[in-house]
Amino acid sequence: MSEGGTESSNREGGPSQTPSKDPAAEGGTDRMPENLTPQAQAGTSQLEVVEVREGFFGARGTGDTSGYGGLRRPVALPGPSPRPYGGWFDTVADRLDGVLAERSLTAAIEKVVVHRGEITFFIRREHLLDVAWQLRDDPGLRFEFCAGVSGVHYPEERGRELHAVYHLLSMTHNRRIRLEVVCPDADPHVPSVVAVYPTNDWHERETYDFFGIIFDGHPALTRIQMPDDWPGHPQRKDYPLGGIPVEYKGATIPPPDQRRSYT
Amino acid sequence: MSSTYTSRPDADDPYASSSSETISGTVYTVTGQDWDSVVSGVADNAEERVVVNMGPQHPSTHGVLRLILELDGETVTELRCGIGYLHTGIEKNMEYRNWTQGVTFCTRMDYLSPFFNEATYSMGVERLLDAEDDIPEKAQVMRVLLMELNRISSHLVAIATGGMEIGALTIMTIGFRERELVLDLFELITGLRMNHGFIRPGGVAQDMPPGALEQIREFIKIFGKRLKDYADLCNANPIFRGRLEGIGYLDLAGCLALGVSGPTLRSTGYPWDLRKAQPYCGYDSYDFDVVTWDTFDAYGRFRIRLQEMHESLRLVQQCADRLGRLEGAPVMIADKKIAWPAQLAVGNDGMGNSLDHIRHIMGESMEALIHHFKLVTEGFRVPAGQAYVPIESPRGELGAHVVSDGGTRPFRAHFRDPSFTNLQCTSVMSEGGQVADVIVAVASIDPVMGGVDR
Repeated sequence: MSEGGTESSNREGGPSQTPSKDPAAEGGTDRMPENLTPQAQAGTSQLEVVEVREGFFGARGTGDTSGYGGLRRPVALPGPSPRPYGGWFDTVADRLDGVLAERSLTAAIEKVVVHRGEITFFIRREHLLDVAWQLRDDPGLRFEFCAGVSGVHYPEERGRELHAVYHLLSMTHNRRIRLEVVCPDADPHVPSVVAVYPTNDWHERETYDFFGIIFDGHPALTRIQMPDDWPGHPQRKDYPLGGIPVEYKGATIPPPDQRRSYT
Repeated sequence: MSSTYTSRPDADDPYASSSSETISGTVYTVTGQDWDSVVSGVADNAEERVVVNMGPQHPSTHGVLRLILELDGETVTELRCGIGYLHTGIEKNMEYRNWTQGVTFCTRMDYLSPFFNEATYSMGVERLLDAEDDIPEKAQVMRVLLMELNRISSHLVAIATGGMEIGALTIMTIGFRERELVLDLFELITGLRMNHGFIRPGGVAQDMPPGALEQIREFIKIFGKRLKDYADLCNANPIFRGRLEGIGYLDLAGCLALGVSGPTLRSTGYPWDLRKAQPYCGYDSYDFDVVTWDTFDAYGRFRIRLQEMHESLRLVQQCADRLGRLEGAPVMIADKKIAWPAQLAVGNDGMGNSLDHIRHIMGESMEALIHHFKLVTEGFRVPAGQAYVPIESPRGELGAHVVSDGGTRPFRAHFRDPSFTNLQCTSVMSEGGQVADVIVAVASIDPVMGGVDR
């Protein structure tokens, strides 16, 4: 979508939000380029730190002679973008604001993130179905094609662990947007949009299967890829990959999820 | 042999023909050539519905697809798909490898169109890296070349297996004969016939080998002639038309509601092709047409695939012309923090190697060695965020939802595979029709179970 035209708005430095723990201020190895907060790299003006990771390779305490154990890296996702979003993003956002205001649903949109030429609307889950109806049926929006839903699990984002991400396409206007709905792990419920986009039938079953997000109102929310009696939801971060150590020429290679990693 | 086999029906062989009583009625196990037992068994209570389980191991369900049919005589009253028999956890595995290694996994998803999986994933990563404009021209042309060759080979399999499933074996043999030529080109260019791992974040793995352009031109010449065979054999063939016309009907409203894209969508007459609508890899600079048909049926989809091979051949020709002018141009991004360090060549031992590069890192520059080691073991970091760059695969909209947390591995990679989505319309296409037409409808969707189950 080269017509996104958001480059200029992306680059403008808005009020930058300082992470609560700023490792760059502490000096040492944290000053190395790969350890700086991604503010310098990110396209949006604000970042939201969802997690701070410490150390590499699982080395801790005096056993760590590499110094990697002292590394700290915040995980900062692109945060809300200020207006204007640029190009047709504003057209869509204005129109959506308009139709939602008519139905006094202005609270439906939690935030809007413009990043890398793509626009993401964070929708509060209780209003997802209303928003989806408007997005599909309003002549100015007309997102008639849904490319399914995908789950993402952020175990450290407290109270917002599970994200359901929808990619919508308007063939009429040749535009793409993304909807993101957040739900806590303790209450993993998101309304089903199968009534609006029947194509999401299997996609929601898959996301339920892999993440345990329960899509309320789905006609038959059962597992689709894993066997019906499978325990757990495999794509969640707390679900191990599994595997066995492999011996090769006398050396033993641990399974992928137990190898050292550059968190 | 067979007499001893049938004389002891279920003593040793659990799969032998048999029938057993369950709480939901009599269950017949049939293995082929023994349908009489079912027919005679059902004849006694004709009013009851018959549920037939077709697959997952069945030669005409296009792979390990399980179809659950409820029949009234020969008419299908209800159809449901059972999938998941080929689920391999590729998306989960990708979270435990670095960004470049992810290509090696995702190429195995839809195994008939590996380059498309690689391309959509790589372009998603490049968007997150903000490096979309830095990909060298030659890499883009090679991507288009490989994708269009791949579209030809994929459509050939679709037509060949679709023909085979309705008993047209000649279409299968000539389809696989021509596909072999395309796979030979893949082997020449990438070293592998399938699962290439060739299109990578930043460009492609290798430059064109010497002699490849001549072979491509030779292929264009041969294939251009042979494509006519398919048209001569099928287009007006009364049996072929009789089996395909009016079967697997799905109109535009149905396609959009069910998220169906690709040839099935274009068989409703709607010219939606992401190569034209939202061009990537420089498709807007090529000369080709979007093929549509307006019959909404399996025959239309067959004709679209046939014509799309002509269009792909035009694109391959244009790519070959461009590559002729791009001799020696780079195929990997210039940024050394992302680009794979060496251009490997196959040595005498059959292993990929680069003697110049080894001399450089082992004998000349300690920094180069460190850099190589870091890039190969740790990989590059991708700024946090998410991207979705869909492309037009032979089956429709294929997109990778790539999420990064700023690390050296994908935080999440989800593939929106067109086979998975399109398969949902099987029941709409088949219910109310004949059992034999289910096969035609499924074949016209052309699902690849590797992509469906991932």
